[in-house]
Amino acid sequence: MGRYVIRRLLQMIPVFIGTTLLIFFMVYALGDPVAAKCGERACDPATAAQIRKDLYLDHPLWQQYLHYMGQIFQGDFGTAYNGQQVTALMGSAFPVTLRLTIVAILFEIIIGITLGVITGMRRGRPVDTGALLLTLIVISIPTFVTGYVLQYLLGVKWGVISPSVSTGAPFNELIIPGLVLALVSLAYVTRLTRTSIVENARADYVRTAIAKGLPRGRVITRHLLRNSLIPVVTFIGTDIGALMGGAIVTERIFNIRGVGFQLYQGILRLDSATVVGFVTILVIVFLVANLLVDLLYAVLDPRIRYA
Amino acid sequence: MRGATRYKWAACAATTVVLAATVTACGGGGGGGGGGSSATGVLSASWTDPQNPLEPANTNEVQGGKVLSMIFRGLKKYDPQTGAAQNMIASSIGTKDSQNFTIKLKNGWTFSNGQKVTSASFIDAWNYAAVTSNKQINASFFSYIDGFDKVHPETGSPSAKTMSGLKKTGDLSFTVKLNQKFSTWPDTLGYSAFMPLPQSFFTDHAGWLQKPIGNGPYEVQSYTRGTGIKLRKWSGYKGDDKAVNGGVDLQVYTDNNTAYTDLQAGNLDLVDDIPATQLKNVKSDLGGRYLNTPAGIIQTLGFPLYDKNWKGANSAKVRQGISMAINRPQITKTIFQNTRTPATDWTSPVLGSAGGYQSGVCGSVCTYNPTQAKKLIKDGGGIPGGTLKIGYNADTGSHKDWVDAVCNSINNALGNDNACVGSPTGTFADFRNKITNKQMTGPFRAGWQMDYPLIQDFLQPLYYTGASSNDSHFSNAAFDKLVDQANAENDSAKAVLKFQDAERILAQEVPAIPLWYQNGSAGWSSRLSNVALDPFSVPVYNEIKVS
Repeated sequence: MGRYVIRRLLQMIPVFIGTTLLIFFMVYALGDPVAAKCGERACDPATAAQIRKDLYLDHPLWQQYLHYMGQIFQGDFGTAYNGQQVTALMGSAFPVTLRLTIVAILFEIIIGITLGVITGMRRGRPVDTGALLLTLIVISIPTFVTGYVLQYLLGVKWGVISPSVSTGAPFNELIIPGLVLALVSLAYVTRLTRTSIVENARADYVRTAIAKGLPRGRVITRHLLRNSLIPVVTFIGTDIGALMGGAIVTERIFNIRGVGFQLYQGILRLDSATVVGFVTILVIVFLVANLLVDLLYAVLDPRIRYA
Repeated sequence: MRGATRYKWAACAATTVVLAATVTACGGGGGGGGGGSSATGVLSASWTDPQNPLEPANTNEVQGGKVLSMIFRGLKKYDPQTGAAQNMIASSIGTKDSQNFTIKLKNGWTFSNGQKVTSASFIDAWNYAAVTSNKQINASFFSYIDGFDKVHPETGSPSAKTMSGLKKTGDLSFTVKLNQKFSTWPDTLGYSAFMPLPQSFFTDHAGWLQKPIGNGPYEVQSYTRGTGIKLRKWSGYKGDDKAVNGGVDLQVYTDNNTAYTDLQAGNLDLVDDIPATQLKNVKSDLGGRYLNTPAGIIQTLGFPLYDKNWKGANSAKVRQGISMAINRPQITKTIFQNTRTPATDWTSPVLGSAGGYQSGVCGSVCTYNPTQAKKLIKDGGGIPGGTLKIGYNADTGSHKDWVDAVCNSINNALGNDNACVGSPTGTFADFRNKITNKQMTGPFRAGWQMDYPLIQDFLQPLYYTGASSNDSHFSNAAFDKLVDQANAENDSAKAVLKFQDAERILAQEVPAIPLWYQNGSAGWSSRLSNVALDPFSVPVYNEIKVS
């Protein structure tokens, strides 16, 4: 187990270097960041040169990359264009997005898996067909439509919630945004769980458990569900990373100043320090989430062993 | 609704702290919550994160400018209604030769930290702004001051830290020597780059940026970057334009649609950027609480006059023809819901006739006339390459809509479906890069927001040979000569006439096609009254009444 974790951690290093390199080059390819800084007018050349020099932009790209990576390993993610440290931006953005992701993941787990089990056990019945139809509808409606509609109905029309999330972004204000963010994944989780349950419902170990005379609830939760969760856990694990980085639309609609907002703004302003810094952290989140998922397999299915 | 009530209470609590001396309606019994009479309510308004640190000489966009206009007052201030430059801290700015100016300050002004506003507050701030190593993006505004080339050389490091043209002659007086004649120079001094700075800006720069200190009607209570800024009325303010409300909370919105929704839900008091998609509903949503007034912004189509296709003597005819093929009234009505006004010159109506605006300078060139358009383009040798590609950036401002409409209009006028297409560039930064690097081959969209309400600001930076924003690289000796003469003219009325003569040259050469003047818009909640926009399309916050 320990050796396996260490091996996986070591594998992360080339992945990390490769992704940061790619991101760095892609952000660079978007164009000269100094041009955006001065708005509609051209920066005067002397000031532009000074800014380039201070941002280390007057060096060849590979030197910039080495310089940047050197700084990162000293914990310095550089300075964003509004003069703030990127680490400070991260400190304010990541907790907010993390809370939003937690709310969304909870929705996926609680509603998605429950619905999946119910439909899987009642295959072919009206509940099953109804839920399948519902998930189809949810999957086909883009997030920004559900977001704006819910925001207008609940926020303006009925006044149940505040249309925008306040500065601190506490959990209770993130329920609706979290739901909007989770909806599509939730539908996938329902379908995955359902398929997996249906597949395993006829398995030998389920028949044995029933024959042993175990109560129905125990058979479903301990034997059937536990073995059916592997694909679902894989999906939710990778979804953590996707939700954290991909909440741009939801964050914009509900005015949540999290990772998505910072990334969007960073890209518009060609603020390479912000973009590369945030994506680097997201890469790490992805890698760690993947590792955790793999380790969870062993917990869920005792047949899987890591050496 | 609950949110709104809670907010009001919080606002009341905050103002009571700031203005403990004033008895407010909030404290009274009964808990009416509805606010009542007081002039001390705090309003909330939409904002977006300023792009650069909030320093006077480092802010060139409206969002940062909003805050600066609340916490700073300079030598002059532009009248929010007429745009005329009036003395604020300056008691007099005199000159005999339009080149050497003597500036005298009023006594008694202080910064909100108690420090006095003296001539050094200005001289130090201006020197700081001009020195290259401080990376202030508005440094070029100081290029008229003698000695600028020493602190801001075109290449290499500065050989001086102060400009020789600035001389302190007393605590409340200093002289300025310019490197050329510039009669209307004093009128530029209301621009935020020219604001004075307290000593703490230089001694504790990081601390100052955390919580900027100025000398305006408001002071900063707290500033959380990326989230918002809380401004409160400053009781020690000396000017006569004191704030009539208790303060302003500017909240960062990531999307102007959300700000508008918050306004509808009663969570926000003032939105000064109504989303284009809501323009149709705004009257029914807000009733009379909506404003749409001209601002000092003009949109044009610039031409790459450095390109061989647009250089020739006949190509001016083609440009005139293209201009005539654009049906401005129809586009401003259908695409912009009349939040733009068809342009008839290269300046802006907010200047007023005294300031140099003259309707119709562009004349027939800016009037829709398909037959004449067709003829002129044919006479000029046709559109280079057969197809006109209008460049724009696709990331912000929904430019695609109107570019497509303009192309449609041109195609219809010429009876050729391939005469014009839009040519998008992904990001604004990349778009600007192409323009700066002279890589454009066809016309490109350009927007100009004035820095100060002077006709000079609409002409010289844009069309003078080698000027900072002359993206077309237009160069015309007669135009340059008239601008020089206008700047040397002591009498401002005569200067304006010279500038207008220069503008008439643009009507013949058409380095850029005027499209429309942009309006500013604002919507507000029923708590507010007396809302207005100044010529820069910024709400006049200090005059807004909160009930």
